[in-house]
Amino acid sequence: MNYIFYFLIVISFIAGALNGRLSDVVGAILTGAELAVKVAFSLIGIMAFWLGMMKIAEKCGLINIIAKIIKPVTKHLFNEIPEESPAIGDIAMNFSANAFGLTNAATPIGLKAMEELQKHNIDQKSASNSMCMLLAMNTAGFQLIPATVLAVLIGIGYKNPTEIIAPTLLVTSIAFISAITLAKIFQKLWAPQTADQRAECAGGEECSNK
Amino acid sequence: MFQQVMNIISLWALPLIILLILTMGLVKKLPIYEIFTEGARDGFKVSINIIPYLVAIIVAISMFRASGIIEIAEQVLSNFLSQIHVPADVLPIMIVRSLSGSAALGVFSDIANTLGPDDYATKLSAIMVGSSETTFYVLAVYFGAVGISKLRYSLIVGLLADFIGIVAAVCVCNWMFL
Repeated sequence: MNYIFYFLIVISFIAGALNGRLSDVVGAILTGAELAVKVAFSLIGIMAFWLGMMKIAEKCGLINIIAKIIKPVTKHLFNEIPEESPAIGDIAMNFSANAFGLTNAATPIGLKAMEELQKHNIDQKSASNSMCMLLAMNTAGFQLIPATVLAVLIGIGYKNPTEIIAPTLLVTSIAFISAITLAKIFQKLWAPQTADQRAECAGGEECSNK
Repeated sequence: MFQQVMNIISLWALPLIILLILTMGLVKKLPIYEIFTEGARDGFKVSINIIPYLVAIIVAISMFRASGIIEIAEQVLSNFLSQIHVPADVLPIMIVRSLSGSAALGVFSDIANTLGPDDYATKLSAIMVGSSETTFYVLAVYFGAVGISKLRYSLIVGLLADFIGIVAAVCVCNWMFL
């Protein structure tokens, strides 16, 4: 991530200078920062609502029931997570909400799943294998019906918008399955996490609460 | 038929889930209002936690897009892509869709409105936009919420899967609509 962050910014300055758009690039810092805060603030309300709902769902045992139903699948994908963890149920709900295009519900539920996964993470600063798997599922963007795209197509008078659904579903399934497979492969190739972070913690203040 | 069923499910999914959660809570004699407010309290905290990560990602991507590098990449790639029947109009979507969802949707509506419903570019871009998620944004939000800055292999997996999705979209669209 360090290199990507550096690369994006340095390339932007160089390309901006060559294209004579350096002032646009500098202006983008301000608009980008503003947009980031707007996005975060716009999440607060819906996040609070779904985190409240999910808390009830967890306390009344609903999450547990869902987790039991999908256990055969998740056992293989999230093998570091104990079966009784609410994370499994949260992940199932996150996936279903995404599949039905309910992004507003999917994100808060996904973030709750991340918090549950963090409890089982041996290094609080780096991503566990389970987190990478959940992210692979989410970045692939599996969706049964592309509602926004359909709305645009209907808007321009597309006669048969349903013909787009099957190919989109096929493509999104291919991407989703590849993401999960890749996450599984990289899990084996990548250096495993190390629990002992003392060396890196020496100068950091966040480590004191561990 | 399939679409109608899906529309009904999409419409009723949220009301039914909310009703199910609340009813089950009451049946189990839980103080649902109390539990709700207790859980909802975290909403603010989580959203605020995300801000530093979102600022880093969104600023870097905004700068990247403003620099005009995407147009340069388009010029470099357009020759190769015309050989595999990818119209030049669709190129910006391929490049931008992992970086910014609203930008990809914007380019798509632009293509749809200017080229019209019967154009191949409209179909291909519809499939590309409809089958993707903004990888960088998702990574920033999800890892930001729990304060993780070492992403290990997630970004590589996300981008590789996006690339496979683009290739699949081109193949499927070639096969079905050409």
